[in-house]
Amino acid sequence: MEILSNLALGFSVALNPFTLFLAVVGCFMGTIIGALPGLGPSNGVAILIPLAFTMGLDATSALVLLTSVYYGAMYGGRISSILLNIPGDEPALMTTLDGYPMARQGRAGDALVISGVASFVGAMLATVGLVILAPMLARVAYLFGPAEYFALYLLAFTTLGGVGSKNQAKAVIAACIGLGIAMIGLDNTTGMPRFTGGNLHMMDGVDFLVAIVGLFAITEVFFFIETHGKGSAIGVKLEKVTVPIKDLIAASGSMLRGSGIGFVAGILPGAGASLGSFLAYMAEKSIAGPKGRFGQGDPRGVAAPEAGNNAAAGGALIPMLTLGVPGSGTTAVLLALLMTLNITPGPTLFADRPEVVWGLIASLLIANVVLLIMNIPMVKIFVKVLMVPAWVLLPGVTMISFVGIYSLTGSYFDLVMMVGFGVMGYFLRKLDIPTVPVILGILLGNQMEDNLRRAMVIANGDWTYLFNSGIATGLWVAAIAGFIAPIFLRRFLKRPPQPVDAEAD
Amino acid sequence: MKMTLLKALGTSALISLGATTAMATECIAPADAGGGWDFTCRQIGKLLYDLKLVPNPVQVTNMAGAGGGLAYANVVNERNTDADLIIAASSATTTRLAQNAYGGATADQVRWVGTIGGDPGVIVVAKDSPYQTLSDLVEAIKADPSKITFAGGSAAGGFDHLKPLQIMKAAGFTDAKAVKYIGMNGGAEAITQTIGGFTQAMTGDISEITGFIKSGDVRALAILTPERVAGFEDIPTAKEQGYDVVVVNWRGLYVPKGISDDAFNGWATRLQAVADSAEWQAVMEANGLAPFTLVGAEFQGWIDGVVADTTALSREIGVIQ
Repeated sequence: MEILSNLALGFSVALNPFTLFLAVVGCFMGTIIGALPGLGPSNGVAILIPLAFTMGLDATSALVLLTSVYYGAMYGGRISSILLNIPGDEPALMTTLDGYPMARQGRAGDALVISGVASFVGAMLATVGLVILAPMLARVAYLFGPAEYFALYLLAFTTLGGVGSKNQAKAVIAACIGLGIAMIGLDNTTGMPRFTGGNLHMMDGVDFLVAIVGLFAITEVFFFIETHGKGSAIGVKLEKVTVPIKDLIAASGSMLRGSGIGFVAGILPGAGASLGSFLAYMAEKSIAGPKGRFGQGDPRGVAAPEAGNNAAAGGALIPMLTLGVPGSGTTAVLLALLMTLNITPGPTLFADRPEVVWGLIASLLIANVVLLIMNIPMVKIFVKVLMVPAWVLLPGVTMISFVGIYSLTGSYFDLVMMVGFGVMGYFLRKLDIPTVPVILGILLGNQMEDNLRRAMVIANGDWTYLFNSGIATGLWVAAIAGFIAPIFLRRFLKRPPQPVDAEAD
Repeated sequence: MKMTLLKALGTSALISLGATTAMATECIAPADAGGGWDFTCRQIGKLLYDLKLVPNPVQVTNMAGAGGGLAYANVVNERNTDADLIIAASSATTTRLAQNAYGGATADQVRWVGTIGGDPGVIVVAKDSPYQTLSDLVEAIKADPSKITFAGGSAAGGFDHLKPLQIMKAAGFTDAKAVKYIGMNGGAEAITQTIGGFTQAMTGDISEITGFIKSGDVRALAILTPERVAGFEDIPTAKEQGYDVVVVNWRGLYVPKGISDDAFNGWATRLQAVADSAEWQAVMEANGLAPFTLVGAEFQGWIDGVVADTTALSREIGVIQ
């Protein structure tokens, strides 16, 4: 009952016409920011912070506006993934795998509706989880040390071979390229720069947003130029938009499981939404087994990662609020906002400032409902983007990519690097090497290495430390099973090699 | 076409946002949002506007990279005469400049406006740790350095790493390389690892752990200030425990080298006004900052001394050759 009275307090703070207006505006802007390649939730929120101060908003109103933008951007990222095969932000990466093939089959509307509902389910469950479990779950972060994090990332990498459905060896090559790129930059354990060529811009390594926009958006532009638009993603077919009730029911299990996985990934600082959506996708793929059409437009392949990354967005608020540890780039920005408002997140926040915490939770619930209402009818508007002639859309994509990346660091160097990644992506696609594992290598490689090295420092080089806890051992078992199982499963089922779909990417 | 229109509107909104704020004062936080530099920019920026010291809200730009080196190079090379630009700085900035970690850049390539507060260094352990005093910890490391690992928010060789090294040096322990340290992504992650029992102690700034001290999850063994700090009277200084080490992470600003003396003095005056305001006192109190104000020429001289000292120390402990 305490939770209910707290929630009532939250809604009494957050529910008035002005904050509702802010929620609608925030959700709309967030969706658009999320859909633009390169601009993700963290830039969206960062850009709007000065706006919130200029408008002289009080703490609660500012929080409502910015969390609406946050959740809106998490919803919006999927739109360009599905329609253009360009992830709007990094957690939406996995949605391209099945979302875009669906769009090519003329099911863009279905994919958008399914992913919209999945986003809602993920975000809603995560918010409910936040309400009920936050004080308890904060302790989970204390159970994860370097050895446990290393095993968690290892789990992600051992299941990675299955991402590019055609040729596992090529997926492994791609992951190695990504891992190699991840090695660039300052080495945390020695404080020495590696592979930077003495260039200051390389000291922090390669920003994965630069890699994503380069490998997806810029590569797409090159392909468009080469084929005069015939083999390109831009300008796919559209049929009429309906609510695919059958698919929604079929994917409901995927949504629930994806939400659970994403929520846990979100709680762990440093894991975050990208890992959440990745693990959710891989879990669904292995559950579906050979019957699934993952990679070729399976609705479950859209539902799982979207539920996963939206649930992770909610889960990431738990360590941010209760420990002051941001689990993702966006929560880091929200943390900064709270501190500017003289609210210091930490173990005592729930007791000290209940009106802020519960106001925030109420605003998350409001934003989520607003987004669902806004997103289902707006699917038609989003799909209209397909009607735009490619000669209008293409320069737009190029321009947005450049503006988006420039806004990250304000440096021309990143623009050059982005074009470099575009060229690389062009050749990788010609060689039929999937680009998603490259990104995952860059995204997760650093964290994996850092945690291994930290574990070795703590244990004085004793490798048995890596299996020192139940959690670590469990993750190792899951990782090994995830690596070996598909090989045996395939043999056991005597399944013919998966047919190569010329259309799929 | 509607979507293109929406996209165009969204984009132009973003661009125009950038354009209008380009006229206003810009504060560069040379790190991602959420850290100390970001805090400096946002708090000083907010007060500059609230106290009507600048006409428009201060635009905060997060320019993360190379531990502040990217922003430093950007200011030195590309914005050397921009009088509307202020950049957040702290001890980490001068530490890295002293260790030549900014790719050859030196501390005399910008002008140092001032510091208006300091974040005292602390050494903390989890509440169930066997170490009750700083001496317990120091003696344990002396006995077997392989048993104790410090976690901190900076990479190896960074400001957080130097704190325990200085304490060990003051205790007469010369093998600095034997003191184990792991660099996390920020102080909050470092404290999580320490409460979780994965590392035995955490080295950081007090603002990073205020919440955890209040909740009783950690015990601070020592605060690295000359005197005990108001609001944290229970925490003994390292000095009173016999280790003469003072490490305060000052929070302040630098500006481009090429601006006029008038412009520089203008910033010094405005910063002093922020430091004197009641609002800033409240901010400092809420965030565990200790008063530490040095502005203008006085600050410039102090910085020169700090950089020289840090270079000497880093060489001594082997962080640079």
